[in-house]
Amino acid sequence: MSPSMSPAEIERALERILPAVQKPGRYTGGELNQVVKDWQAVPTRVALAFPDVYDLGMSNLGLAVLYDILNQRPDVVAERVFSPWPDMEAALRQAGIPLYSLETKHALRQFDLIGISLPYETLYTNTLNLLDLAGIPLRTAERGIDDPVLLGGGHATYNPEPMAEFFDAFAIGEGEELMLEVVEVVRRWRASGQPRTDLHRALARIWGVYVPALYQAVHAADGTLERVEALAPEAPTRVTKRIVAHLPPPPTRFVVPYIDVTHNRVAVEIMRGCTRGCRFCQAGMITRPVRERSVEAIVDAIDEALRHTGYEEVALLSLSSSDYDEVLPLVRAVRHRFAGRHLNLSLPSLRIESFSVELMDLLQGESHRSGFTLAPEAATERMREIINKPVSTAQVLETARQIYAHGWHTIKLYFMIGHPQETLEDVQAIVDLCRSVLAVGREVIGPRAKVTAGVSTFVPKPHTPFQWVPCDTVEQIRAKQTLLKQALRGPGLKLNWNNPEETMLEAWLSRGDRRMGQVIYRAWRNGARFDAWQEHFRMDAWQAAFAEAGLDPAFYTHRERPIDEPLPWDHIDAAVRKEFLTEDYLWSQRGQTRVDCRERCFACGILPRFADLRRLNPGDVWECPEVRSPKRIPEPSQMAGAWRVEAVAVDGGHPALRPTEGLSVSRS
Amino acid sequence: MAAAALARYRITFGKTQAMRFTGHLDLHRTWERTFRRAGLPLAYSEGFNPHPKINIGAALPLGCLSRGDLIDAWLEHGVESHEVAASLRRAAPPGIEIEAVTLIPPAEPVLQGQIEASVYQVTSDDFPAAAEMSRRIEALMAAEHLPRVRRGKIYDLRPLVEALEYDSDGAMLRMRLTARQGAAGRPEEVLHALGLNSAEALAVRTGLVLATRNESPAPA
Repeated sequence: MSPSMSPAEIERALERILPAVQKPGRYTGGELNQVVKDWQAVPTRVALAFPDVYDLGMSNLGLAVLYDILNQRPDVVAERVFSPWPDMEAALRQAGIPLYSLETKHALRQFDLIGISLPYETLYTNTLNLLDLAGIPLRTAERGIDDPVLLGGGHATYNPEPMAEFFDAFAIGEGEELMLEVVEVVRRWRASGQPRTDLHRALARIWGVYVPALYQAVHAADGTLERVEALAPEAPTRVTKRIVAHLPPPPTRFVVPYIDVTHNRVAVEIMRGCTRGCRFCQAGMITRPVRERSVEAIVDAIDEALRHTGYEEVALLSLSSSDYDEVLPLVRAVRHRFAGRHLNLSLPSLRIESFSVELMDLLQGESHRSGFTLAPEAATERMREIINKPVSTAQVLETARQIYAHGWHTIKLYFMIGHPQETLEDVQAIVDLCRSVLAVGREVIGPRAKVTAGVSTFVPKPHTPFQWVPCDTVEQIRAKQTLLKQALRGPGLKLNWNNPEETMLEAWLSRGDRRMGQVIYRAWRNGARFDAWQEHFRMDAWQAAFAEAGLDPAFYTHRERPIDEPLPWDHIDAAVRKEFLTEDYLWSQRGQTRVDCRERCFACGILPRFADLRRLNPGDVWECPEVRSPKRIPEPSQMAGAWRVEAVAVDGGHPALRPTEGLSVSRS
Repeated sequence: MAAAALARYRITFGKTQAMRFTGHLDLHRTWERTFRRAGLPLAYSEGFNPHPKINIGAALPLGCLSRGDLIDAWLEHGVESHEVAASLRRAAPPGIEIEAVTLIPPAEPVLQGQIEASVYQVTSDDFPAAAEMSRRIEALMAAEHLPRVRRGKIYDLRPLVEALEYDSDGAMLRMRLTARQGAAGRPEEVLHALGLNSAEALAVRTGLVLATRNESPAPA
């Protein structure tokens, strides 16, 4: 590897190897709408890396958002980097070509800042591989003042500890504003020539930035965590997640790949956050508060994006589309504006109710109807109460009846096995419910009716009410899957499931502690790559890695954690209080549900933490109640654990808008 | 709607840069999106699952560049050819060069059926000396059969090679290969038959030979 190869040298070398690899269009760059700037003229160069193959990375909306925001700044350039597929990796290594950016073919090592997207845990080994292919030292402690700064972000980093030793910093929460502040700190540090510690201390001052090198984890003899200590005055005891008060305008100038990728479409985030409170759902807990875009802003963004891209597909994204306040006006407006254009419109994540069928009917008009997806998640009412997704079986069947009656032939039903307190009866109920839905379909449309059951396995996630629960063992999962495979067969029925060993990997990593870094490193050395891809997943590499690191995988997955045990992610503050999660966990054990919090605020913790922000952004911008109490400055004692340090001033930044604790909240 | 109301255009274009790694199916999508961005009223087939009415002349092997490449496309109603050309040029992605647009009679036979042969120019740093190249070309052209295996099937390459010559000044191999549906010669197969390394070679398809007319319009 020669990390110093020039762009021209890389380009020449690529011409020789690209014709021989699969899908060379993944590695060329040059696509419509890519942004190319004069490298020499821009002071700060950022590489945005998605550590999986191009096809997936180009379908990731988060990456498109940051690419857009960074490139709008004249003093910043952002370029894209993805993981090469194994055939390309071999070709790069053989030819001695370092990993490079798609836009200008600069070696990754020549960038000032590398932002790595980590939406899920199975990207960790690919992250190490990406650094290795770039010739960048893997561990923060080994990187010097000339090496790029490594920033990780995305939902998986709400537990940053497993990857702590590899990253300079993690962006906890939303990146739209934070990213620019990080760029500014990096620019100043690169100019200063000061040691990396200075960089770390400056980064730690930014709201939402966690700098793992400034913390130390102390473990007890039995392996449980005792505490996490901050080692520098700049490092807050707890790092509060970053949020934006308003959702900024969505990106519309999407880069259009030369080749078919996973999602070839315009994607618009219509709403962020979710008010439902499903207890298994990490996204629902960590993306609060709920903020919506206006119908007008969404429709205009779609129109603009279609003009820039020519895409024939549009997806309106959110965690729970039915809950978008103006969902009917939105669907009407989209239909009205884009009817007759041969567009494929999708509105995923709809509630199980007949209104959803009306919405889809209206949205899709005369166009081709493939499948309709419903996600009951569990098949008995008892289990749905435990996970707080209360919907009656009668309602599922009635909704299914409407779906078949409105021209859909296939219903996809999503379930999870492995929920807390699940018995084999609950698993059998999945079979029964699928058969009942199919029977309804046959009544309505005859033998054309089909049911596809997608049954994944529950993995307990940090910052959720189920963060303490044990995960099913491989044997338990296999027994449940065997039951499903034997019973869910026959005409009109189809079953999809996950490999239990891949579920184990996700489970180890999602609630891992700092020591897990050793396991990840060794698994990568043992050849683990593309862990999310069944054809590449190597259980043996991971088992050997645990053995080499002297850690027991079952410690992370099959142990019920005591409520008072310090958790490795306790110093990351998702703004939903641990007391709330604890209460919700206890409620789940009693089968007690909570209504949608648009109906009633349960004081999850968001409002007290972001009271100032809410006070300054009243009205419908958030779904949380308004805060009307007069502003008051919290006592220093109350500030412990909350945001404490002034952020670096950046254009348009509001240093006054910091999360605080202990403010009273009024409910409207 | 009667199909007669649609306007049919023949578009001559070239594939440059990274577009050479866009395969046949993806090229179809690329054209559909280009028409959409151009705001031109692309026609769609009727029925349950409408498809854009775009017809690509001859598939180009992945990795090849092209000039004088052809597609036919139908618009909902007539638009001046020069306007279609200007709109497409504005909307085309990097790597698609619009060379010419002409309105053609709707009744003209399907494009694929008119194409008889394609002409390629191949360059490489790896070609042997001119005398050796000539010897190999003569041997290939003199052969009665050239059985080759592609995708597990045996076929005879020889009848597909209509002409083959080496221009030693430009170190360029020129070939004219049959390009009928179901019987199309591929430049890398000819290179292999000549004992040459195709990985080091760059092929440009410089024109398609049509039954009803001469070679497609040459680039200016």
